[in-house]
Amino acid sequence: MPIPLDAPEVLDREFLEIRARLLQVAASLDRIERAEGAVDDDPRLMKIRQALEILAGGDEQRAEKIQLLFSRPYEANWLATFRPTR
Amino acid sequence: MYYIDPHIHMVSRVTDDYETLARMGCVAVSEPAFWAGFDRGSVDGFRDYFRQLIEFESKRAGWYRVQHYTWLCINAKEAENVKLSREVIAMIPEFLDRPGVLGIGEIGLNKNTKNEATIFLEHLDLAAKTDEQILIHTPHLEDKYQGTRMILDMLGDDSRIDRSRVLVDHVEEHTIRPVLDEGYWAGMTLYPVSKCTPQRAVDMVEMYGPERLLVNSAGDWGPSKPTAVPDFILAMRLRGHPESLIRRVVYENPLKFFSQSRNFDFTPPETYETVS
Repeated sequence: MPIPLDAPEVLDREFLEIRARLLQVAASLDRIERAEGAVDDDPRLMKIRQALEILAGGDEQRAEKIQLLFSRPYEANWLATFRPTR
Repeated sequence: MYYIDPHIHMVSRVTDDYETLARMGCVAVSEPAFWAGFDRGSVDGFRDYFRQLIEFESKRAGWYRVQHYTWLCINAKEAENVKLSREVIAMIPEFLDRPGVLGIGEIGLNKNTKNEATIFLEHLDLAAKTDEQILIHTPHLEDKYQGTRMILDMLGDDSRIDRSRVLVDHVEEHTIRPVLDEGYWAGMTLYPVSKCTPQRAVDMVEMYGPERLLVNSAGDWGPSKPTAVPDFILAMRLRGHPESLIRRVVYENPLKFFSQSRNFDFTPPETYETVS
């Protein structure tokens, strides 16, 4: 289904919102660094860094990729090792 | 614009919210049974809850000409208590012929555990045996993808399930495609932080089209916004989408899905003048 607005219109409409959200992420990361203690090895921070790489990439489906990045893996044979309770 | 919120927990909201919904154009809501914020201790606790949903919420909604429908189950969080869950599932048929009961829901998974899967399968069996529609909750955040795929596996393994009578709710960008591809209805929940925003829901309408797609607020006792569907309507308008497309998603689609339930008796708002 086509988007009624063209790309320049979408950017015009959303530029300030995108800018504000990027600043919010930047400020949050700065806040973590200013605070006492270290979280460099925290897997959540590593996921955030990976998510920022996805954002910076040129591919489409960024939202879906970031969702999957923050998801537990699915194993297709889960039911074989997971028989329902009797 | 008239709209229907197909997933909202009005027992957790104040009466003023019904008035606000009515002012915003809401003409009907459907309320799945869910977790009350604490684990209930007995089957009688659920029996009283079902009576509240069927008898009192429909009355309270009616004060503002909002038509109220409901779904019955024991939710995934309390499904960890398998014994109690089985007692509740055995009791549910007492209510399945009551007015406004649309089916079994919201069943599903929460942390994707063995007990949750067990009780999900037993709910599916009840729905199949009683020819009820099904409304499904998918897990939150990091558990959503895995849990949604597990749910689709269990649904797909039961040949008795008519996929056109199943709504898989709380889909997001990483789960909407398999749900629609496999022939189920998909619900997008507009919920602060943990689910979807109105703008992202509009994106998904643009990417996947309006077929078998619903949008809801899932307003409940947590931080949530019962008027989230009007936010979606506004987001669609600002994006330049026609009123006919918006109406299809927020009004015609829920009507089409609900109309498959034998207890769905809906009075179109256009006919309000002619009814007593």
